Amino acid sequence: MSSIFTIAARELRSLFLSPLAWTILAVVQLVMAYFFLLLLDQFVMAQPQLAQMENPPGVTEAVVAPLLDTAGIVLLLIAPMLTMRLLSEELRNQTLPLLFSAPVSMTEIILGKYLGMLGFFMLILLLTALMPLSLYSGTSLDTGMLLSGFMGLGLLLASIAAIGLFMSSLTAQPTVAAISTFGVLLLLWILDAAATTGGDTGGSVLAYLSILRHYQPLLKGAFKSVDVVYYLLFIGTFIVLSIRRLDSYRLQH
Amino acid sequence: MNNDVLVSVDQVSRFYGPLRAVNSVSFEVRRGEVLGFLGPNGAGKTTTMQMITGNLAPSAGQIKIHGIDILDEPKRAKAEIGFLPEQPPLYRELTVDEYLTYCARLNRVPSAKLAAALDNAKQRCGLTQVSHRLIGNLSKGYQQRVGIAQAIIHSPAVVILDEPTVGLDPIQIREIRALIRELGGTHSVILSTHILPEVQATCDRVQIINKGSLVMSDTIAGLTHRMLGSGLLVALRKTVELSALQAVPGVLSVEALGENRYRLHFAEQQNPAEALVEKSVQQGWGLYELTPERMSLEEVFVNITRTEAPAETTTEAAA
Repeated sequence: MSSIFTIAARELRSLFLSPLAWTILAVVQLVMAYFFLLLLDQFVMAQPQLAQMENPPGVTEAVVAPLLDTAGIVLLLIAPMLTMRLLSEELRNQTLPLLFSAPVSMTEIILGKYLGMLGFFMLILLLTALMPLSLYSGTSLDTGMLLSGFMGLGLLLASIAAIGLFMSSLTAQPTVAAISTFGVLLLLWILDAAATTGGDTGGSVLAYLSILRHYQPLLKGAFKSVDVVYYLLFIGTFIVLSIRRLDSYRLQH
Repeated sequence: MNNDVLVSVDQVSRFYGPLRAVNSVSFEVRRGEVLGFLGPNGAGKTTTMQMITGNLAPSAGQIKIHGIDILDEPKRAKAEIGFLPEQPPLYRELTVDEYLTYCARLNRVPSAKLAAALDNAKQRCGLTQVSHRLIGNLSKGYQQRVGIAQAIIHSPAVVILDEPTVGLDPIQIREIRALIRELGGTHSVILSTHILPEVQATCDRVQIINKGSLVMSDTIAGLTHRMLGSGLLVALRKTVELSALQAVPGVLSVEALGENRYRLHFAEQQNPAEALVEKSVQQGWGLYELTPERMSLEEVFVNITRTEAPAETTTEAAA
């Protein structure tokens, strides 16, 4: 158990020793902050119209939900850059023997790597969450909706980390890992479109697999266990696949 | 207690597809023994070492570290191993201290003993001065030492080093060899190398692997015995028929080297030197040079690994 945290800690440390992590944190923060201000501005400008409405959307619905929605898409695009080096770099630099000859199981190696990555993503989530949370100083928010949105983004990021880890275990080229992660994520994202164009049962099945479709209800504050289970299954599948993949390096023939 | 077997490799084979990289290799290493592993490129040295350290699963056979099967209980077995692969597994972005701390934690060195283990490993490998430098900025020699420090940080029972002196300067090589000898006192060491004198300088026992099979396993004393050559270099003033030299009792074959220089091969224990001198005086051949040929370790190695071609030694030994 302690080895998992040892590996996770090293993973995080190495991330922060490269300019990449800092750059990504800065860029994401900048883009999100700009978007947040934009949304907030629109909301303030729209106050007169909203006042006339019978059931006007609150600030959580009008600002926080779109913000987290965009955060999901932005991170979908950027996360592969972070996850690509998880195992690819070890494969390329031939540092895996260090882990393989230490008294650590394959499961511990993968979970350690995954936790390290997750730690970084949770930091991004925290930094993004600070923006809507700052609204508490001036107004009141729908806490339930807020928490459900954060959980949604957290689960989305955890899924991205899992698939990124798996893709990274397939190749010794970090860029190849990044591009394939990106491709899979993009595919899982646009699957959503299949429902709108197809409309038949096949289309709805495909749409069901879409990674963002299960995110929307959580943003609206609708906590359905089916969405959470989808993400957990997604994460579990790719972690198990990564462990199998890592083990196959030992069995290779 | 000083005689217990720390590594036991039993009938181990490894296939890469149809290619048989290691073919039914068996050997044992006892406590306090330094085993040299020699072989040409692609002979299966690295594959064997990877199997012993659990980096590669054997296709057949059994490997036990300190009596623990590496496949049944990998964690317990691996706790007894320190491994330096051919390419040292270093994280360039970490400092030496950070890296070694990480390795110690991975190998479950208790927190209380961590600082002592770190100091000990750094001291033994001469890294104390570079503790706070980034591994990526160190020279190849220092990186190699960090690799060795990593392998011994948890004082494992078995230390396995794949070509540990590559890229080091002569002084560092001597230090590393002394370190290996020192490790041999309490641990078992398996060492693979291309540098043959290194084997003579550091090892108790030598194994030569060729095309996946062990072709020789001997002590250093046995190896030295093999090096006692079975050749005489002879230089004469007069040109002599090869058949005349062949007729000297004890001579098995004669090789003309040009300019009236010859190499005589003889059977073990039947040195024809005396008979040759007598004959030369009788026949007036004008013998002015007679040098017993000693095979170098290189030649022993070449002889053993080139089984398909009959032994063809080079002429440098005459010098």
